[in-house]
Amino acid sequence: MCVGIPGRIVEINDPEHNIATVEIGGIKRKINIACVVDKTHTANDCMGDWVLVHVGFAMSRIDEQEAAATLALLTELGEIEGELQELVSSSGAAA
Amino acid sequence: MKFIDEFRDPSKAKTLLKNINALTQQIPRCQTRPLQLMEVCGGHTHSIFKYGIEQMLPDTIELVHGPGCPVCVLPMGRVDDCIALAEHPNVIFTTFGDAMRVPGSKKSLLQAKAEGADIRMVYSPLDALKIARDNPEREVVFFALGFETTMPSTALTVLRAEAENIDNFAVFCNHITIIPTIKAILDSPELTLDGFLGPGHVSMVIGSAPYEFIAGHYQKPLVISGFEPLDILQSIWMLLKQMAEGRCEVENQYQRVVPDDGNNPALDAVQTVFELREFFEWRGLGSIDHSGVKLRAKYASFDAELKYSVPNLKIADPKSCQCGEVLKGVIKPWQCKIFGTACTPETPMGSLMVASEGACAAVYNYGRIDLAEILKKREQAAEAQRA
Repeated sequence: MCVGIPGRIVEINDPEHNIATVEIGGIKRKINIACVVDKTHTANDCMGDWVLVHVGFAMSRIDEQEAAATLALLTELGEIEGELQELVSSSGAAA
Repeated sequence: MKFIDEFRDPSKAKTLLKNINALTQQIPRCQTRPLQLMEVCGGHTHSIFKYGIEQMLPDTIELVHGPGCPVCVLPMGRVDDCIALAEHPNVIFTTFGDAMRVPGSKKSLLQAKAEGADIRMVYSPLDALKIARDNPEREVVFFALGFETTMPSTALTVLRAEAENIDNFAVFCNHITIIPTIKAILDSPELTLDGFLGPGHVSMVIGSAPYEFIAGHYQKPLVISGFEPLDILQSIWMLLKQMAEGRCEVENQYQRVVPDDGNNPALDAVQTVFELREFFEWRGLGSIDHSGVKLRAKYASFDAELKYSVPNLKIADPKSCQCGEVLKGVIKPWQCKIFGTACTPETPMGSLMVASEGACAAVYNYGRIDLAEILKKREQAAEAQRA
């Protein structure tokens, strides 16, 4: 029910009524972008934005930097684990 | 797809699982009984079963599937009201597909449609408004359903109808709010939960501040989580990390989508169009104060409950159904007496078997359980009782 799908805004159809076209996995559909528009980010500024689409409305602008940061943290977690494993195996060798 | 595939990376999942395992060793509570973490949102329940996340986790962690599936908690009387509205001769009744098969006391919307009622599935409330625009001689009712995630879309559609002077459009409002519901669960005397996975898409609308009382007053940590496997595993890891370090906070794993202060244009639209109801009836959970919204008096001409007479009867769930106990985490779906026999996704008795986000349907469709084995055991128990 609360499902949302990431899509990219590829056309601003009607900035006055906040209507834009979004592309989701190759499919294009017109959606309402009123919830991701404000004084500092107008409808026309939304071109190219990644948004989370829910029942025909863009409900959030996806923050690419935050997405990258989350993935980087997980990569780092894997690297630490790798280092710890190396540490364990090398200390084993020393003994 | 971008923002999806990279959050399904198996190597990162393995790393997270190792770290989760290590943390469970450091949490004293894990040594005496399994930690119970509730995912509030039905979308999480669906992901957890689809990807088999429960089976990946150590036995010291138990996931409890919460009430966050709006279709599942809809009481039977409201489904009957939908059907009464849909059977008005001049009405086109529009609904999300999820709600079509939910059983009412006599039939579902799907059965009513087969009998001739004009019921149409829509993807968006804006599609319902378009049907109204295209059929000025008919009355269009939209079945508005869902938590805060979906509320803004209904609100904006009502505002659009007002702006365009469309007077043959009305909303049957069944929107519900998450905070009073979590509070009702926290106040329940049989509560044994240790922490929460917070609903990602509700939070992108309401932000993280409304959950503070859960960590503060109730001393239960909550991590707002995304819906991909890595999101859910990372959120569980963050919850355990809090417990291991003796912290109890509201944290946000789903930062790429959820801003801490939510979505202001969406909240403004909700505030303009809706007001809280005194109480709302939930299937399985009973009446919860201030857990639903209705249209404000200013928008009364768009309110289907005022425009038409609806029966508004309270109808008890079938006696054999144990949806309520499953919703509260008291029993597991497969422990229900009719799971997999009288109640299946093809012929659902209880609503938890209807929606793909319902715990029972998720277990039935994706669960790594042996249905034949469960049925055999149940039969043996029944035979032993007869003897």
